[in-house]
Amino acid sequence: MIELTIDGTKVRAAPGTTVLEAAREMGIVIPTLCYYPGLSSYGECRVCLVEMVKGRGRSSLEASCALPVEQGQVILTSSAKVKKARRVVVELLLASCPSSKTLQCMASNMGINQVRFKIKPRECILCGRCVRYCKEQMRSGGIGFTGRGTARRVTTAFGHTPEECRNCGGCQWICPVCERACTADSLVNGLCGGCQNLAHVETCEICTGCSESVGAHGHTVY
Amino acid sequence: MRIDASKVDRIVDAYGCHRDSLISILQDVQAECSYLPEDALKRVAKRLKLPLIQVYGVATFFKAFSLQPRGEHMVRVCLGTACHVRGAPAVLDEVRRQLDVEPGETTEDSRFTLETVNCLGACALGPLVVVDSEYQGQITPGKVKRVLKQYMNDGRGK
Ligand code: SF4
Ligand code: SF4
Ligand code: FES
Ligand code: FES
Repeated sequence: MIELTIDGTKVRAAPGTTVLEAAREMGIVIPTLCYYPGLSSYGECRVCLVEMVKGRGRSSLEASCALPVEQGQVILTSSAKVKKARRVVVELLLASCPSSKTLQCMASNMGINQVRFKIKPRECILCGRCVRYCKEQMRSGGIGFTGRGTARRVTTAFGHTPEECRNCGGCQWICPVCERACTADSLVNGLCGGCQNLAHVETCEICTGCSESVGAHGHTVY
Repeated sequence: MRIDASKVDRIVDAYGCHRDSLISILQDVQAECSYLPEDALKRVAKRLKLPLIQVYGVATFFKAFSLQPRGEHMVRVCLGTACHVRGAPAVLDEVRRQLDVEPGETTEDSRFTLETVNCLGACALGPLVVVDSEYQGQITPGKVKRVLKQYMNDGRGK
């Protein structure tokens, strides 16, 4: 067993586990996006950043989902440095995906009150969850990354439904972005604030309370 | 353009049908067909037992690969920093006007494909235009027509 210190508490973890897993075991909350239990670590989104103390006043920011536990490691999961870095990361992600409810919720949990970057909606944060799910869980490999730089996208080859696809729908299910979009229709400073909107909510005439979260304009009346 | 499967097979076999050689295989296919046709990529994927998307991902990642048919002649206009300050944008405008295509496109008669690049490592020659593999240094908008003409009149003529 490996012994390390997370937020001042000594913990033991099996070799090969990640700092994220060790911290979650202790009940410490670390936000994640590209990490998903059962899929390989990818370390792309950087919202799971933690501070690794190196002594003599030095420390580095590391993605906890891709950081293996090591003997004597000292980790801080909610220092000022970590919080600040995570906020910038979420702001950047929001700039490319303002309609994501997951991201908007993350932003309000972190107390972000504006997105300082230019908003260019791409509806994908390239977290690769869908790609890894398809490959690792479905053993299919129908979708993947194409292009590079700003042209990088998740697509199918030539835009056709791939032969390998099993129509499991898993890629859509696992995506943190292509879920029910935030219902608030105007962004203020890049943030939706829909949940704080106390406007009257209309519901279906025969509404039995499907408990869908509804924004300022309610959901469609059927 | 239809590429027959045996040609692709020959290239794949030359590399021992090995996945690690994917990039080399694609390079050879492109040398053969001047671009990467859909059928050829499918054949490569099938032979290497790779999901098509993986082959497609590699083909779209590198700028050297093209999924669109290319013209007989490649015209590359450098827009790198050095060429830019020496007036490359005006050169590009002239090339666009002469060929009547936008960067990334091929002329209707499929003689020329226009591309822009960011520095070819020959900044001292800038502004630089490269046609096929011939470097045309210190080019000005006025010289563009003359340079392109050499290529317009070769072969079939027009
Ligand atoms: S629906 Fe198709 S592409 Fe999506 S995860 Fe399933 S097999 Fe892969
Ligand atoms: S489509 Fe969704 S799951 Fe796939 S990379 Fe983009 S954000 Fe991630
Ligand atoms: S969850 Fe760790 S980098 Fe995305
Ligand atoms: S900038 Fe054109 S060759 Fe370097």
